[in-house]
Amino acid sequence: MNVLDFARAFFSDGAHWHGYDGIPTRFAEHVGYSLEALVIAAAIGLPVGLVTGHYGRGGNTLALIATAGRALPSFGLLVLMVIWLGLGMLPVMIPLVVLAVPPILVTTYEAVRSVDPSPVDAARGMGMPEARVLFQVELPVALPLIYSGLRTAAIQIVSTATIAAYVSLGGIGRYIIDGLYQKDYEKVVGGATLVAALALVTLAVFWAVSRLTVSPGVRRSG
Amino acid sequence: MSGFFDLPSDLQHSYLGLVGLHLREALLPVLAGLIVSLPVAQLCVRFRWIYPPVLGVTTVLYAIPSLAFFVVLIDYFGQSETTVMVPLALYSLVVLVPAIVDGVRSVPPETLAAAQAMGFGPVRRYLQVQLPIAVPAIIAGLRVATVSSISLVSVGMLIGNQGALGNMLYDAQTYERSALAVNSVLTIGVLGVLADGVLVLVRLLLTPWMPRKGAGR
Amino acid sequence: MRAPTARAVRRPRGPLPANVQKRARSRLFPQQARIGRTRRARGVLIRIDSVTKRYPDGTVAVDRLSLEIPDRSITVLVGPSGCGKTTTLRMINRMVEPTEGSILLDGRDIRQQPVNTLRRSMGYVIQNAGLFQHRTILDNIATVPRLLGWTKQKARARAAELMERVGLDSALAKRYPYQLSGGQQQRVGVARALAADPPVLLMDEPFSAVDPVVRKGLQDELLRIQDELGKTIVFVTHDIDEAIKLGTKVAVLRTGGRLAQFAPPAELLSAPADLFVEDFLGADRGIRRLSFFPAAGLELETAPVVPIDADAGEIASRAAAPYLLVTDPDGRPLGWSEPDKLTAGAVDREQLLDHGRPFVPATDSLRTALDGAVLSPTGWAVAVDGEGRTVGVISQQVIGEAIRDAHSRVAERADAKAGR
Repeated sequence: MNVLDFARAFFSDGAHWHGYDGIPTRFAEHVGYSLEALVIAAAIGLPVGLVTGHYGRGGNTLALIATAGRALPSFGLLVLMVIWLGLGMLPVMIPLVVLAVPPILVTTYEAVRSVDPSPVDAARGMGMPEARVLFQVELPVALPLIYSGLRTAAIQIVSTATIAAYVSLGGIGRYIIDGLYQKDYEKVVGGATLVAALALVTLAVFWAVSRLTVSPGVRRSG
Repeated sequence: MSGFFDLPSDLQHSYLGLVGLHLREALLPVLAGLIVSLPVAQLCVRFRWIYPPVLGVTTVLYAIPSLAFFVVLIDYFGQSETTVMVPLALYSLVVLVPAIVDGVRSVPPETLAAAQAMGFGPVRRYLQVQLPIAVPAIIAGLRVATVSSISLVSVGMLIGNQGALGNMLYDAQTYERSALAVNSVLTIGVLGVLADGVLVLVRLLLTPWMPRKGAGR
Repeated sequence: MRAPTARAVRRPRGPLPANVQKRARSRLFPQQARIGRTRRARGVLIRIDSVTKRYPDGTVAVDRLSLEIPDRSITVLVGPSGCGKTTTLRMINRMVEPTEGSILLDGRDIRQQPVNTLRRSMGYVIQNAGLFQHRTILDNIATVPRLLGWTKQKARARAAELMERVGLDSALAKRYPYQLSGGQQQRVGVARALAADPPVLLMDEPFSAVDPVVRKGLQDELLRIQDELGKTIVFVTHDIDEAIKLGTKVAVLRTGGRLAQFAPPAELLSAPADLFVEDFLGADRGIRRLSFFPAAGLELETAPVVPIDADAGEIASRAAAPYLLVTDPDGRPLGWSEPDKLTAGAVDREQLLDHGRPFVPATDSLRTALDGAVLSPTGWAVAVDGEGRTVGVISQQVIGEAIRDAHSRVAERADAKAGR
């Protein structure tokens, strides 16, 4: 049996489509965890990235924080948090947020900092207040790059949120962890396929959001 | 009371032994990824139409959880280091290919035209002009790939203790010694930051022609 | 003493129709209307008072600079890179704060009002235009009116009006900046600066990134707009030709931010203050200076002009001249010929010598007239009226005498001034 056979077997088994361990439930749980982590990470990374990028300061500090965030192993953090905090949602969210903040933070900083300085100079020269310079001049132009940071973070979260199952929570990771212990490769492959599919959906959502919110003037001028 | 760096005997390694094992399991895949991604990236530069599909496939590969990868590969390689390293090599490919493609593409066309005008052949041009100018971008990719590889090795603990420093996490849970988990997480984090620093140094050595500004600028 | 100065600087390029002046002023905001009322009497709108800008690292960008920028005219700051011209300009709208000294706008220290209020009362045009790539052309131009709280509709209506004023096709309104050429983008930049009808316009090397042909078009357009609107414009450039073409007064700055000379362009060319200014003006300042002497007084000759359908008698009667200019029946110049090579009724146009570029005495300068004579193979320049009909011809020698006369008149005036 190869990987494709496992996947076909998994998805054609009617039992996998119903109940608390059914695909719709697990999928929804996974989306829920991922969204929560992404929102928290964005709430931290976006404002800090925007402000530091606007003033062009603190790039080195940000790079260091980002490297440290990337270097901490998500799985290790999860185990440590469970030992410290016990089972629950919080021990799962901490590693996911630590994972997602660096790409959001660094890309947002770079995106704002790399905005062509001359429109910004013109805006200030016309008497635009700083907040408007940031939100009406820099942000719209930086948006595509900021989205790419959020997208990277989202994909990593979707993939890593499988660890929630290791601490008895749900999500698609359930299939992978259960499959591992039950030596049921159908489940593992099925779960992996579902995660990949969710990643593709995430890409599509970002593409759509970017189409809707990025000005054609920015999109076409690259 | 055992010391912070004294490990339970079932890990079968000293602390430093685990560090060495961890580095090997993390860095070999990145090296393999680099060796494979150079020609792949060059293909993507030469034939532009290849790049979008390659990008699509690698993004999907990147999204597949490492654990799922490990489990599937147990069938082929058993519960071994190879099982851990193959997915890590694939992940580093995902980071390195776009980094190299963007780096090589960022070489100004005037520079290429000048090289051509001076009689550089395609191979010389690649080795002596494109690759050196792309070094900063390649190193930037290597930094991300290396750090995440070091961090991901720990998941190997779940497939029969192939996670090097990550194996300490298992003992931390079994013996309820949280110090072991702290040690594991911190050591892996420090290794990542150090590896990152080494790569920054390598870039500084390889690119003396770059203006020395702050690393983050 | 002040009144004559004010009159001298107010209308540098032909009288502005009174109704245009009134219209321009009536659109001002209350706060600026006050400037409008008082500036007539003062003649100086912006007074830069011994201003120094020293950066933390010790470099001095501007060194005790004092300038009186006259109202309703173009003042050009020119100099080599590092002379502090841009810094000076940016101190006027407080993009840069001076280390010492003060700047007065209409007699009031610019630090007395909120910085953004000050900036909104000054148009600001920069190199590469600095357009907002995510906004349409119309919304780019509407920026300052929107900042001032105008409704979207009113701001856009105003923006559309401005597009016309700067010579932009209204079809471009919904486009994005990347769809426009460099010259068009710069026009949008000027329109955006003018949108709220500020009395002051600050322009920082606005035309230096476009090619020479487009640049000339933009310069001419700026002069035309200035004729209509009569703004107080401070213009920074490193191009001395641009400075001389546009400036009512030109401030030449030297490296280190010190003023070398502040004078009208003609005076700059005739009496450079020192070697630095002379060097900066370049080798042919004598020729360029001729641009400031009108060709109107030249004594034209009509004798050597014959229409192509002239009869033999007419040709013979003019044969004293070494060359005759042949015109078409409407009087447009066709070319030169020696009298004995002309046969009545059978003039071969192909055989005529090129007549060079004609000049228009009413509007052109001695420089254009001399250029026409130098380019002509016969050494004679052709003068035409606005419709291109020949009004006379003139030789290099006669133009030369006119130049000498013009110079001596300037010298007499200078002597008279010095003697007073």
